[in-house]
Amino acid sequence: MSAGVLRIFPPEMVVRRPHRMIERHIAVYRRQWLIVVSGFFEPLFYLLSMRAGLGSLVGAVSVGGKQVPYDAFVAPALMAASAMNGAIFDSTGNVLHRLKYARIYDAALATPMGPADVAMGEIGWALIRGQIYAIGFLAVMAALGLTNSWWCLMALPICALIGLCFASIGFAGTTFMRGWSDMDIVNTLMMPLFLFSATFFPIAAYGSWAWVVQISPLYHGVALVRAANEGVWSAGLVGHTLFLVALSVAALVLAARRVDTLLRK
Amino acid sequence: MPEPLIRAHHLVKKFGDFTAVAGIDVEVQPGEAFGFLGPNGAGKSSTMRMISCVSKPTDGTLRIFGLDPVTDGPKIRARIGVVPQLDTLDTELSVQENLWIYGRFFDLSRAECRRRTTELLEFAQLTERAESVVDDLSGGMKRRLSIARSLINEPSLLLLDEPTTGLDPQARHVLWDRLYRLKQQGVTLVLTTHYMDEAEQLCDRLVVMDQGRIVAEGSPRSLIEQYATREVLELRFSAGTNDQFADRLHGLGSRQEALPDRVLVYADDGEAALQEVHHRGMQPESALVRRASLEDVFLLLTGRSLAD
Repeated sequence: MSAGVLRIFPPEMVVRRPHRMIERHIAVYRRQWLIVVSGFFEPLFYLLSMRAGLGSLVGAVSVGGKQVPYDAFVAPALMAASAMNGAIFDSTGNVLHRLKYARIYDAALATPMGPADVAMGEIGWALIRGQIYAIGFLAVMAALGLTNSWWCLMALPICALIGLCFASIGFAGTTFMRGWSDMDIVNTLMMPLFLFSATFFPIAAYGSWAWVVQISPLYHGVALVRAANEGVWSAGLVGHTLFLVALSVAALVLAARRVDTLLRK
Repeated sequence: MPEPLIRAHHLVKKFGDFTAVAGIDVEVQPGEAFGFLGPNGAGKSSTMRMISCVSKPTDGTLRIFGLDPVTDGPKIRARIGVVPQLDTLDTELSVQENLWIYGRFFDLSRAECRRRTTELLEFAQLTERAESVVDDLSGGMKRRLSIARSLINEPSLLLLDEPTTGLDPQARHVLWDRLYRLKQQGVTLVLTTHYMDEAEQLCDRLVVMDQGRIVAEGSPRSLIEQYATREVLELRFSAGTNDQFADRLHGLGSRQEALPDRVLVYADDGEAALQEVHHRGMQPESALVRRASLEDVFLLLTGRSLAD
């Protein structure tokens, strides 16, 4: 192979067996399923408190020209947030531990597994975890009568995309962390992201600051889940989807390259 | 002669301005037990990482099984076993899970993983600890598990980076015994060590590395014969006076080395040298005649002891 071809398609950057990484995690979490389940409750508690408290005070909100009660407005946003949380939790703290302290990836890279397998496997696992929360959350929404039509099932693939996006960003970002203290940065970023992604009030409320909200990947995810839940589709949703896809791809490539630079010096 | 398993020509590894490996030539034949000997920082681990296809050579050529690690890394790694300097065992998995999950990384079937796991637990004398958590194992057991794990793909080449560093003498002997069995089964062993006794026990052939270069090559015995004398007389004088006695030892044996804690006299007949010491009127606090070892080879080649 010529040098030019190698640069564009480095043989180590081909994705061959990322599912092996996921197999390893399944073996670990078979014993620790309670930890996985616990991540589901935070957004659920939010939903219940919104429904009981704020919902009665706020009244109806407009979604794509349709008036919906406040709890039905907030619920899809919390679903998107739960997919984000699941993906971020797994792709930051757990990845940092495996990367720097447990040295799981060093062991994997001594086998035919390559950096792209490791990165894709980890992101895939985080995505699965986000998806588990999304399914649980959707089931609760249905039970509470907050879903509007069968279109709401479309929220699941959308949450998978949200999970992919945040897992890739989380993993890529974690490769730059120096140690545990940097985990505080994650928490500091997550809070405003959760609060200001048109989660609790429509984007119109942000006035001239709306452009800031549009940078947030969660905002785009929330818009998609909300549209799915109401079954109100519009051309603007293509833009939201493309934003998430583009960000995911960029972060994925960065993540695999970072594993290569860090562990294959 | 068969195609060598490892062939390195003018192999160089640089990290920024720092040159870890400064152009080495090495060939390892199938079935050999080959050692890289040298102090910390000699470039042994960097060389091992290049051979295990997790580090790209900066310059020179490297072929393993006749393949190029840059283009065929995954293919080569499928056929080698790696025991890293620091254990990278999975502490979230049990002993047996460590083995079979690792087997899955090599795309082995579940049935095959189970079969080999049972065999390797036996080989590593860990059958009773199959369900244990890794953290509960002793240092020697962890090392044996690391070796067992590196064998899950039935490699024809096993790379061991400082396999017994930090282990007590008994654990080291158990490990050496296991490695010796592998060698008998035809597995090619390549190891790094800074222990002379380990190199003498395990290696058919070795290279002595210092500051990224190979300074000598041969079998342990031939290196000792070539670079050292048959015997060594070790003298200890009262603290702080070794240097001044070194002068008075001049001309004794073929060479003298004053170390911080003792003076070494290299002589084919150690007893005769000791008599001469007494004859010159010196009274060392202790005197010992021993056979020359690889440690002496290293000292004579580099002027430094391996512990530095």
